[in-house]
This record gives sequence, structure tokens and C-alpha cells, in this order.
Amino acid sequence: MASYDVVVVGAGSVGTPAALALAEAGLRVLVVEARPSVGQGSNKAAIGGVRATHSDPAKIRLGRRSIEIVSTWKEARGEEIEWRSGGYVFVAYTPREEKLLKDLLVVQHRYGLEIEWLDARGLLEVVPDLNPEGLLGGTYSPGDGHLSPLLLVHAYYREATKAGAEFRFRERVTGIEVRGGRVRAVVTDRGRYEAPVVVNAAGAWAREIGRLVGEEHPVVPDSHEAGVTEPVAHFLDPMIVDIRPVPGSSNYYFHQLASGQLTFCISPSPPIVGEDCRETSAFLPMVARRMVELMPRLVNVRVRRTWRGLYPMTPDGSPLVGWSSEVAGYAVAIGMCGQGVMLGPAVGELLGRLITDSLLPGDREVLELLSPSRSFAAQEALK
Amino acid sequence: MRLERHPILPVERGEPFPFTFAGRELLAYPGETIAAALFAHGIRVFGHHPKDGAPQGIFCANGQCAQCLVLADGLPVKACMTAVRPGMAVLPADGLPELPRVPTPPPLREIGRVEVPVLIIGGGPAGLSAAIELGMRGIQTLLVDDKARLGGKLVLQTHRFFGSTEAVYAGTRGIDIAARLAAEVRALTSVEVWLDTVALAVYSDGWVGVLREGRSYVLVRPEVLLVATGAREKSLLFRGNTLPGVYGAGAFQTLVNRDLVRAAERLFIVGGGNVGLIAGYHALQAGIAVVGLAEVLPECGGYKVHRDKLARLGVPIFTSHTILSANGRDGVESVTIARVDGRFQPIPGTEKTFPCDTVLVAVGLDPVDEFYRKAKEFGMRAFAAGDAQEIAEASAAIFSGKIAGRRIAHALGFPGVVVPPEWETTLEVLKSRPGARREPGGELPTQGVVPVLHCHEEIPCNPCASVCPQGLLRVDPADIRKTPEFRLENGKACLGCERCVVVCPGLAITLVDYRKDPEHPTVTVPHELGAEATPVGAKVALVSAAGEILGEAEVREVRATPRNDRTVLVKLIVPKEIAPNVAGIRLTARWGEEPLPEAVESLADDEIVCRCERVTAGEIRALIRAGFRDMNAIKAVTRSGMGACGGKTCGPLLKRLFREEGVSPDEVTDYVGRPLFMEVPLGIFAGAELPDG
Repeated sequence: MASYDVVVVGAGSVGTPAALALAEAGLRVLVVEARPSVGQGSNKAAIGGVRATHSDPAKIRLGRRSIEIVSTWKEARGEEIEWRSGGYVFVAYTPREEKLLKDLLVVQHRYGLEIEWLDARGLLEVVPDLNPEGLLGGTYSPGDGHLSPLLLVHAYYREATKAGAEFRFRERVTGIEVRGGRVRAVVTDRGRYEAPVVVNAAGAWAREIGRLVGEEHPVVPDSHEAGVTEPVAHFLDPMIVDIRPVPGSSNYYFHQLASGQLTFCISPSPPIVGEDCRETSAFLPMVARRMVELMPRLVNVRVRRTWRGLYPMTPDGSPLVGWSSEVAGYAVAIGMCGQGVMLGPAVGELLGRLITDSLLPGDREVLELLSPSRSFAAQEALK
Repeated sequence: MRLERHPILPVERGEPFPFTFAGRELLAYPGETIAAALFAHGIRVFGHHPKDGAPQGIFCANGQCAQCLVLADGLPVKACMTAVRPGMAVLPADGLPELPRVPTPPPLREIGRVEVPVLIIGGGPAGLSAAIELGMRGIQTLLVDDKARLGGKLVLQTHRFFGSTEAVYAGTRGIDIAARLAAEVRALTSVEVWLDTVALAVYSDGWVGVLREGRSYVLVRPEVLLVATGAREKSLLFRGNTLPGVYGAGAFQTLVNRDLVRAAERLFIVGGGNVGLIAGYHALQAGIAVVGLAEVLPECGGYKVHRDKLARLGVPIFTSHTILSANGRDGVESVTIARVDGRFQPIPGTEKTFPCDTVLVAVGLDPVDEFYRKAKEFGMRAFAAGDAQEIAEASAAIFSGKIAGRRIAHALGFPGVVVPPEWETTLEVLKSRPGARREPGGELPTQGVVPVLHCHEEIPCNPCASVCPQGLLRVDPADIRKTPEFRLENGKACLGCERCVVVCPGLAITLVDYRKDPEHPTVTVPHELGAEATPVGAKVALVSAAGEILGEAEVREVRATPRNDRTVLVKLIVPKEIAPNVAGIRLTARWGEEPLPEAVESLADDEIVCRCERVTAGEIRALIRAGFRDMNAIKAVTRSGMGACGGKTCGPLLKRLFREEGVSPDEVTDYVGRPLFMEVPLGIFAGAELPDG
């Protein structure tokens, strides 16, 4: 019978970095994944934005650390993940967004984030192709950026494997054995693996895993639709985010990848709750109209592919990270609310420290804010 | 170079107009694609790949791949699908295209929505035949096709069709079948046809997105969807497999028979199925030399009569041979082949190199069935017909379309529509692959006029029996796959009317006429190379059915009457000993040449699996050996399948590599298929109407 120090459930944006951190801390790690390879859940659907400019201190801290990791990844690990530090731009065309964004700046500056308000002229210098008509300005955070989620998760996978972590694919977790209030083993459709610690990193499917230990995690997926274009010569640095609500969608965002392709994503409104990831006819007309009106230059760029992916949402828009208060040895890193790629690198490290009992001074605040047993009173202002 | 004349196809061109390529002024004719106009000027390199600078040009000529990208008036387009316009400035696609600046958003309108009882995707033999069944019952039907003309691949087929005269127009040329089916459809008021309209996606909410005439996006919701999207060509792995000059056989036929350009001077064919054999024959009709044909199996897989047509015209056929490499820098300069052993591995020391400028890859077809699979997944009422359902001859596609049309009418509750049970049998017969061969033999009469049947393989075909006014030629009506027989019965004699000689799709019937001189009978042989190819008095070589030289003779008479529909009959005086064995004539000594004294072989690491992203077989083999089993993971790491075509070409090649590495298909996860079928400007989805083109 195989036994490990930790079994991680899910080889995605969070589970794979966690496996690396745990393996590099010297633990025997097994990652169990129902899909045939890493990143086949929501990671492959992500468009790759990474930012520190959130409004919640826990996410700000994690986002910052993630940027440190991914921006130095190539030097440190030698692998290309197509990180580009192009910044984020949130545009404002109505006083509503202007006020919302400026209010947030106060919080963001309090945490020392590099983000500023630019008036229309200033913003057009950063993004000359924005439609100037009615543009009031926007925020610009040059330290944020984007990368390839696919390359990132595979880079983590290679490093984790090198560090000794084992991965078992096409293997579905069917049970988690708990005795005496403590996890003992993970049972799958193909085997049983003993471990004193089990990490739930099952993303949009975290709820089902939680039920195996009798916990009901408040994580409900909704779906967003995304696309990618042909590659064109570089013309756009930052991720552009437009948070104007219009019938059908609450916001959308896009950026130009290192490969020259543009990738874009829209948040349906009201949200489409559920796991359905089949393509819909509504998406392209909706997102295309918004993008072309915002940036007329995009009228000629050819769309290559579209897909739908899941945002595992929590009631307050922030992840659940930490030990279970009910079952000893059961930890969760779930409910990333569509930000698994940008938070995953930092969350992976945090899990490593949590499980090896080597938390850093700042970690406690983060873990308190993201506690799986917190009450969900607050709402994330900028999801 | 453009074709100035063709023995079968009409060559009619309007007034030429200028356009430019890389600043150079060139002439094009109305209706020509950019690709055709460039080929007409000998331009086969359309750009260079941004990743490794590899020369890019035509591969599929069918809108499926994206290797023919050019910039037309500043915008990236597929050269094979875009008509050239007067004054158009075409630039090679070198590096990534600059997105033109647009100061203000264009006017945007609502996306059009159409609800219709039946949507047919594809106006080829299957789609047209289904539309006729639906239209004759007055059922509202929308048929969309991505080309400018109805007929699908029928419009490339200059030869007469096999199959059953009663069921599927056997004995008629493919191009003419296309015209007839198209005319029938056009006469039906309940069938609407949108040409130049590409189906882009079938969505889970039951809508189908189409790009209408390249300009506007329309959502169509059918009660029933018929997918009649035909086939795409399989690719093959060898070094140099993406050099300009390596094409699919269908691409070559498109350039030559639709676009009427001389797409090659010297051609080598890989693959001896019907597609490769017919492409070779079409090349010869266009005056293009066929240097040789390699088939990896010990026998060609296509109809023997197709093979024999090529062999009689002097094309060397190398069975048990495979291609090792296409060699050259900016295009094909030569091809290297080798004999294979029982496990299809090349035998060292048997390499041969032939100079040529073009290599046709004709190694089979795969159904274009992604829309059908999506529609079924989404619970839509959907049917597939023709090659999209199962790869077979176009005659079978016609019949499967008819059946699908009736099934749809039935599904829509149209009263009294049945598919006669015998139709299913007919379809199976039409789909059947070549069967048993029988040895030629049996005593033939040596007096009067004797039709000699050089057709000894079971294939579904019966035109000869349908046309004989005396009823002397017989094909088992219960099973038209049986070989034809000539029987003198009821005191009736062959009249020498020549109808069987003319109508035989395999050019496999000759007449031997002993009446004037029993010692030196007159032999009538058919060809389809134009009457001027065999002037009276010309000396020609006499060849057997399989192409062995039997002797020499002088052309005595040439008959090229309108009734014979472009089939030319040549009469020769031949000694009686060989007369029944003469199946054809050879005009030139040999198309092929001796191989180069020493075989050359490209050793470049350019055995490309994914053409769009230039991913090599070596990269993918390494991942498979490292344990990768999910094609999506290979895609994530290498970008294979991430390109414009969406894994249409590399998917099957990747699976083949898994097989070669000894990985069972059960362990392999296929690419996840996602829309769109081809790239479309974002503005079109926003409701912008783009200018013409």
C-alpha cells in the first residue's frame, strides 16, 4: 500500500504549485487528478492575467508574491512562461466607474500598490487605440502583467516532478477516509493512498471533494466565455478591463499575449451558474461589440477560437485557504473565483508553509482573511 | 502559367486586370483566387512562417489549413479562398501582420437570425442530392457552401463517373453531374442557396453560426441539420513535408481543374488510392508530366482501371515504396523514395531520387464531421451524408444525400416519405471498395466487331451494359460490382456503334473490327487528351491494359464528335495476334525519367506535424516518450494544434505518432475541439459589415 505525507486532490493552477512547494520542503507528495493531464480543468480556460491590484489585503499580498514568482521564474527555473509585465488598465467612460476606481485607489495606495489614476489624455498615451470618445480616464498599474497559464502549469508540473512529487492522472477520488477526526487516506477508483494530510485543490469541483469528509464548502462555479485571435504584430501592452455593466455582461477584459494573439473573456450577467462548458451563440456577438466599441482597431483582428471556463465562486469573492476546523489534516485551497492562475503560485507556497508548520509573519493575516470557516459578510469590490 | 486549353474543361476568361504582389504588378482574371493568380505567375511562396522563416504556400487549397496566408489590402486572408480584385495590393505574409489603425468604430448592426426547417452545410454531391429530395417536397431548406460555385469536389472531376447509370449518373463526367445537380436545386423554390458562406460553429443552444459571403455573421437555427461537409485530406510525415510544392491531391486538382493554372511542371504522387490515381490522370490531361507514383502497399488501393490509365500513359508506378523526403530550399526540387520491407520500413540502399517540382500527398481522406459530432453532443436533430458520414466515392455521396434528404423529410413529419429498402443496398454497393480480380481470358471471336473488356476487377459500375443497343454487354443487375461480360446471344452481333468505348469511365473497352481485314483488324481505343494529341498519321506505341508496350502503329482515323462528349476515339491497324490485347496508346515514350545517379535526402529536421505552429515530429516523439498521453497537454507545451486550423491536419498525425511509439489508442486523449471552423474578423461578430471580399 502506498503512503505519502500529503495527497493533493487536483493538478490545476493551485494543486500543481502546492505540490512543488510541498515536495521541495521534503515531503512525499501525491497529486491525484481525474483528468488526463495537468491544467485540464479551469487552468486551460484562463487567459493569464496576473495582478496585485486587488482591493482585499489577502489577495493583494498573494498577488504581489505571485508576481515576484512568475516575473523571476525564467531566471530562477530556466523555463519560458511568457510573462510580460504590461500592466493593467481599468477604463472609465462614466462617472460610476470613475468613482468606483478612484475609491479603490485609496485602499490600494494604503497597501503601497503601484497604481495611479490617469486622465483620458494620459491613458491614451499608455493605450493609444482606446476609443477616445467619452473616455474619462482610468487606472494604470504597470507592475501587473500576464503569462501563459498552460506553460505555467506545465512548468510547475515539471519542477514538482523533479522535486519528487508523484502525479496520478485519470484517477477519480471516490472517498477520503477519516478516523478519529483525522484524515487517514484517499481512495480513488484505482487505488488507496494513506496520508495524514489531504489538500483539496479541486477548483470548480471542490464541493464534491469536501462532501467526502462531510464538509459543505460554499464554492459554486459559474461560467465565463473566452476567446483568442490570430497573432498580430505587438501593439498592446496592458490588460484592458472594462467594468461597465451592460445587459448580458458585467465586464470583460483582454490583452495581447507574448505570441501576438489577443485573448479576451467576458463575465455574463446574470451569472450562468453550473458546470456547463459548451459553447454558446450569445458570446461572440456580445463580446465583439463591446471590444470593437472600446478599441475600434480590433475590428479587423480575426478570432481563432472560443471556449468556456469556470469561475469557482465564493460568497464574498475571496478564496478559501487553510486547515479545516472540523477534520484534522484536511486543508483547502479552493474558491479562487477565477483567479487561480494569478493566486496559485503564492497560494502553493503558502500551503507549503502551512503544512510544514513554518508560517511567515504575514501569513497569519492572510489565512485569517481567507479562513474556510469565516463568515461571509464582506463583498469583494473588484472581483 | 495558366492553362490555355484543356481537353475536357472549357477555358474562358474575362478581361484581365492588374493587381500587385510585393509591389510587382501582375494580371489576374475575374473570379480567380489570389492563390490562382499567384500560381499563374509561377509564385508558389506566399510568405514565411514567423517561427522559423519556413517558406509558406498552398497546401489544401480548400480553406481548411492556413498555410496560404497573404495580406490583401493590409488584411490577412487565405489566398485560396479570397478572390483577387482589381488594384488589390497583395503582400507576402512575412512575420506578424500589423493590425491597421481604425480611429472610430464602424456602424454595428444586430446579428441576423434565421430560423429554418432544414439547414444543409455543404453543396457537394451529398448536400445537393439531399436538397433536391427536400425541395421537390416543398420543404424550406437553406443550403450553405463555402465556395463560389455549387458542386463541391465534383467540379474538379473531368472523368466519367463509375457507379450505377440508373442511380447516380454513371458514365457522366463529374463536372457535368455538378452542373445538373446544381441546376435542379436552383429550380426548386423552397431551397435557398448561400454561396461563399462558411459554417463556423454549431452552438449548444441549437444555433449555427455562418459567415455569409465573407461579410456578415448570421445565426441560423434549423429544426434539422444536415452535415454534408465532405472530407479533408490526410497528411503524411516526411522530411520537407511542408515545402511549397507539397500539396494534397485535392489541392492540386483545385488549382488545375477549377482555377485552370498549371500548378506544376513535373509531379510525383504519393499514394495509389483513387484520389492519387485520378489526380495523376488530371495532371496528364493538363499537360503536366507525372514523374512517378509511389504506393506503400504491394498493390495500388484504387480502382485498377484508374491505375491502368496512368500506366498506359507511361507513368511509372512504384508499389511497396514510400517517400523519404521532399528536397529543396524554397520549394520542391526533388523527391526521394525507397522500397519498403514487410513492416513498411524503408530498405537501406533502395533509395531513388527523382527531380520534380511538386509532390502530391494522396494518402486518404478523413470525414469533416466536427459539426455533426457537436450537433449530436448538443442533442440537435442532425444527419450526416456523403464523405462527412463515411469516406467513399462521389457516386455513393450522391446516393447517401438522397437517402438523408428523405430521412429528414420523414423526421419533419412529411407524410408518405419512405426510403426504399433497396436504396440501402444500392448505397452499400456504391460504397464498396474494389473486390476480386479475375484473370483475363476466354476465347474471343475473331470475326465481325468484338468489344474487348479490359476491366477485370469488381467495382460498382455499369454504364457499358446500359448503353449497348444489342444487349451484348452484361453486368449483373443484382450486383453491379460484378465484372462486365460480352456474350453473343440470340444471333445479335456487335454493331460497332462505339457507345461502350465512349462511355466506359475506366477507358477500358476497345473495339476490334475484323471485317475489312481479319489479319490486320482495326482497333478503336479511347482517350481523353484532346483530338490534337493524336493527329492522323502519328506513330503511337500500343500498350496493354496494364501499360506494357506491345508494338507501334499509325493513327488512321480520329473521331471526336460532340456525341462522344470529349472522349476521343483513335483507330489503328494492328496485327491480329496483339489486337485484343491493345488497350490503349502511349503518346510520349515515358513521362518519368530515370532517377538521379545518386539518391539525395534532405536531413533537415523539418518533419512537421503541426503546420500552423511548425511543430516537428521529433518534439512530439520526445514528449510521448516522456509519458505524455493527453494531446491537449502536448498542445499546451508545443502549441501543436493551437494554430489557425485548429488541429485539423495535425490531429491525425499525432495519433499516428502515438501508434508508431506503441501507445494504445485507449491511453490517448484527443484534442478538445472548439469553435471556430476558421478565423473571422472580430468586427464581423460585432455586426460590422466589411467591404467586399
